[in-house]
Amino acid sequence: MYPEQYRYTKEHEWIDVQGETGTMGITHHAQNELGDIVYVDLPKIGAAIEQGKSLGSVESVKAVSDIYSPVTGEVVEINEALSTAPEKLNLDPHGEAWLVKVKLTKPEELSDLMSAADYQSYIGA
Amino acid sequence: MPGKTRDHISQNESLLFEMSSPGKKGYQLPDLDVPQVDAAEALGAANVRDEIEDFPEVSEVEVIRHFTRLSTWNYGIDLGLFPLGSCTMKYNPRVNEAVARTEGLLWAHPYQPAEVAQGAMEVMAHLEAALAEITGMDAVTLEPAAGAHGELTGVLLIRAALEARGYARKKIIIPDSAHGTNPATAAMVGYSVQNLRSNAQGMVDVAELAKLVDEDTAGLMVTNPNTIGVFEQDIVKITSLMHEKGALVYMDGANMNALVGLARPGDFGIDVMHLNLHKTFSTPHGGGGPGAGAVAVKAHLEPFLPAPRLKTVGGQWQWDYNRPQTIGKVRAFYGNFGVLVRALAYIMAHGGPGLRNATLDALLNANYIRKGLEPYFDLPYKSPSMHECVFSDDRQAKLGVKTMDMAKRLIDYGFHPYTVAFPLIVHGALMIEPTETESKPEMDAFIQAMIAIAKEVESDPQMVLKAPHHTRTSRVDEVGAARKPVLRWKPTTLASKAAD
Amino acid sequence: MRYLPKSDSERREMLAAIGIDSIEQLYSHLPEQAVLHRPLAIEPGKSEYEIVDYFKKMGERCATGYPSFLGAGSYTHFRPVMCDVVASRGEFLTSYTPYQAEMAQGTLTTIFEFQTMLCQLTGMDVANASMYDGSTGIPEAAMMAMRITGRHKVLVSRAVHPEYRQVLLTYAKYQGVPVVEFGYETATGQADLADLEAKLDNATACVIIQSPNFFGCIEKWKDIAAVTHSKGALLVYSFAEAASLGILEPPRDADIVVGELQSFAHPPSYGGPYSGIIATKEKFVRQIPGRLVGETKDADGRRAFCLTLSTREQHIRREKATSNICTNQALIALMGTVFMSIYGKEGLRELAQQNLSKAHYLAKGLKPRFSAPFFNEFVVAAGDKSAADVNAALLEKKIIGGLDLGRFYPELAGCMLLCATEVSRREHMDAVKQAFV
Repeated sequence: MYPEQYRYTKEHEWIDVQGETGTMGITHHAQNELGDIVYVDLPKIGAAIEQGKSLGSVESVKAVSDIYSPVTGEVVEINEALSTAPEKLNLDPHGEAWLVKVKLTKPEELSDLMSAADYQSYIGA
Repeated sequence: MPGKTRDHISQNESLLFEMSSPGKKGYQLPDLDVPQVDAAEALGAANVRDEIEDFPEVSEVEVIRHFTRLSTWNYGIDLGLFPLGSCTMKYNPRVNEAVARTEGLLWAHPYQPAEVAQGAMEVMAHLEAALAEITGMDAVTLEPAAGAHGELTGVLLIRAALEARGYARKKIIIPDSAHGTNPATAAMVGYSVQNLRSNAQGMVDVAELAKLVDEDTAGLMVTNPNTIGVFEQDIVKITSLMHEKGALVYMDGANMNALVGLARPGDFGIDVMHLNLHKTFSTPHGGGGPGAGAVAVKAHLEPFLPAPRLKTVGGQWQWDYNRPQTIGKVRAFYGNFGVLVRALAYIMAHGGPGLRNATLDALLNANYIRKGLEPYFDLPYKSPSMHECVFSDDRQAKLGVKTMDMAKRLIDYGFHPYTVAFPLIVHGALMIEPTETESKPEMDAFIQAMIAIAKEVESDPQMVLKAPHHTRTSRVDEVGAARKPVLRWKPTTLASKAAD
Repeated sequence: MRYLPKSDSERREMLAAIGIDSIEQLYSHLPEQAVLHRPLAIEPGKSEYEIVDYFKKMGERCATGYPSFLGAGSYTHFRPVMCDVVASRGEFLTSYTPYQAEMAQGTLTTIFEFQTMLCQLTGMDVANASMYDGSTGIPEAAMMAMRITGRHKVLVSRAVHPEYRQVLLTYAKYQGVPVVEFGYETATGQADLADLEAKLDNATACVIIQSPNFFGCIEKWKDIAAVTHSKGALLVYSFAEAASLGILEPPRDADIVVGELQSFAHPPSYGGPYSGIIATKEKFVRQIPGRLVGETKDADGRRAFCLTLSTREQHIRREKATSNICTNQALIALMGTVFMSIYGKEGLRELAQQNLSKAHYLAKGLKPRFSAPFFNEFVVAAGDKSAADVNAALLEKKIIGGLDLGRFYPELAGCMLLCATEVSRREHMDAVKQAFV
């Protein structure tokens, strides 16, 4: 369920780093808590984001949750498909429904994040 | 299926646009008694529109049937108990509607000279005085259009008063049990919001509050009784604590129906508060409005009230615009006058002693329901209830049925749902406010319905989960509505019809 | 008491069920200092007949039946009987905000029709379910423009209703939003484009105009839109007289349309309750304040309606909401919906055409202050007789005259804003003209 190579935050985001770039999203646990996701608000390409700060939000019918960035860096790509098909976040949060790709400026921050095993024990899975 | 039916539950009703046909009319204007002006000549051809595309063309008969049929898919207080907690859905007396249509009041223009607006002004003055007496405050403005608008006015008053003292301060403290309008309002006035956690009794934690208040605290927004229907036991301590630190106290008057004639916010230290005339004072909710959000203040805030203010000069009412310290205007003209007329009619019907009796019956009804349902539903806070009681779905959620599901099932029993999932401090809340205008048989029927649902949750949870079963419309897909918003009707093109 | 449906014996049964002896025990826990130990100083309850009589007396002191030539944000129009008939049905009148869709399809369907008709009238893609009124719609539109553009300055024409501008200032003052006014052309009465261009900059979130403006003049909104958009700002187009929508070109170049719908079915009622609306382009829908109704399906696949995009609102987003608005003006909007259905496509046009004709008849022979085209209101230049004298003379004849503009525009002291609608009768208009001679 929770890929080994990903790193996880306490706010239920994941990041998969390949070289200088990280792909990030929200976890299966997060989408399950939110219920049916109806809208995803993502930053613009080129936006500077900071570890622990909100970069956007996901909405269900009756709740809004901030998405907190796992790392500091610059947004290089966003998942446009989610604007017309937010339901993908409920179906494949760790894969097809990634949120943004970031160019990391402080790769050392990755050590602040949890491993898959730690995250699963954190959520009591 | 062709043919007629008298049962609108199973009958479809087209939208106005779909029953439209060119040339059908529902109106007739008197003939012009002046020469007709050529629009293109008078306005310039570029300023004149083409016909209003796709606008309805229907007859008077279709109009009355359309809206009457639609009305049968609604529920109102006129049909039965409407137990929405925090909303005070009480009977809306019909004499209020009659007097609001008094010829001279209905057609009075806001700018007509004061000498021919004395009656309207006196109605407002009369209501201001009654509300000041009821709240124990010194002055009242009737300008705000609704509760949240009253909150905005109230927090603007706090800001203006603090600024006049030299420093507006930075933050407003709001308990976690508050209505969403409280934090939204504080933000609109440029204050940051500091959340205050409720204590184990669901009340303001005085020790915790004392830690939060400092020189940057502009005020506290408190609801009393709070949103679990409990009177803030330490309210006098709370208001003195805030005043010692130079901060002011705002009271959200949404729950004033528990206090009228019994206790007055002005007597327990409140500086400024709003009243929802569409809750406590019986003006109709009308499917979402209009309301009126009168704001009552202590004398020290009076100079800052919105302009204009009523005053008498030589026995005549006048509007006083010379208010150098006013926060300004919060809306055009003087307020939702028609709503004010209804509220005054309500106060006159009860009178002083009667208003207190109404409050006592509101307390009696809420406690009767609490007692009746306590064996079947979890009651997270055992503090004494005033005008409403809040249960949680704790027992039923263990069987997979949540508060919203039971609310939908209640519809099948012929009642409007209670307030679902609010306040936020109760997980899976069922918030029930019967108001004083419910009879014992009506409440007994409600209690029996709730008990029956609690039993169904145990015997047949699936049936509850799929409710409602006996409405014209089954469970509505709100997720689909939000994912692909369709916010207006558009004509179906031939191509899309063919695709269907 | 007639609103309290219980006998004393029922009350005693209920007390027994609760397990207490007296009703006083229900509040005996209140702190002593909070409790009121005397009856409220309000007269004892009155009968229906006394209440009706009281308000009748009050109404008689309000110029009942006088023809009036006041407009200025509150208009006198015929009201189809049907508006009150529908709004008086208990199922509409005594219902709540339609959060429980399965029990509120009536209200929800009518709001969906309302939203659609407002889009058709304004040329916008989305309209909300109502705001408090036109005046509070203005700051809501300005805040919306600030969220969309990320900018903070607001430019507003001095020809926008003075009270609407005052409300904007109240809302803006404590949010650190600079509100800058730009003038009107003294000859035409329309917004001064040169002054606008001089004040417009890259920090401007929006430009707010009203058309017909407070003087009744039709604005050159296409030119204003072009200038506004050249600096990346949004155009907020407001209207106070909804009847004008039946004949005026819809403001398709505007980004946000905000207006007052009082003319559609609600009498002046001494200033309220009215009903405002905000409409906008599809791409800005997430930033619109207030309630929205959307079309969807029920579990059996039938068309149904529900409140939607609620995450914008205060009960969910709290301090980050698009607005603090909760209660709106639903019943007034319902009356407006009935009004629009009764008049329909042809009726709104004929209604507007009658207003135009009557106002031009009234203006003929009087000295206009401004040269721009007007709909049903116009300004008469100051003449030999003061506005106050003219109004006093008319009041003697039981006619309410126009608005003395000196109150809001010192430079226009003595000028009078006059309004004629379809209800204005020729003989009364002749009397008004006579009073200026």
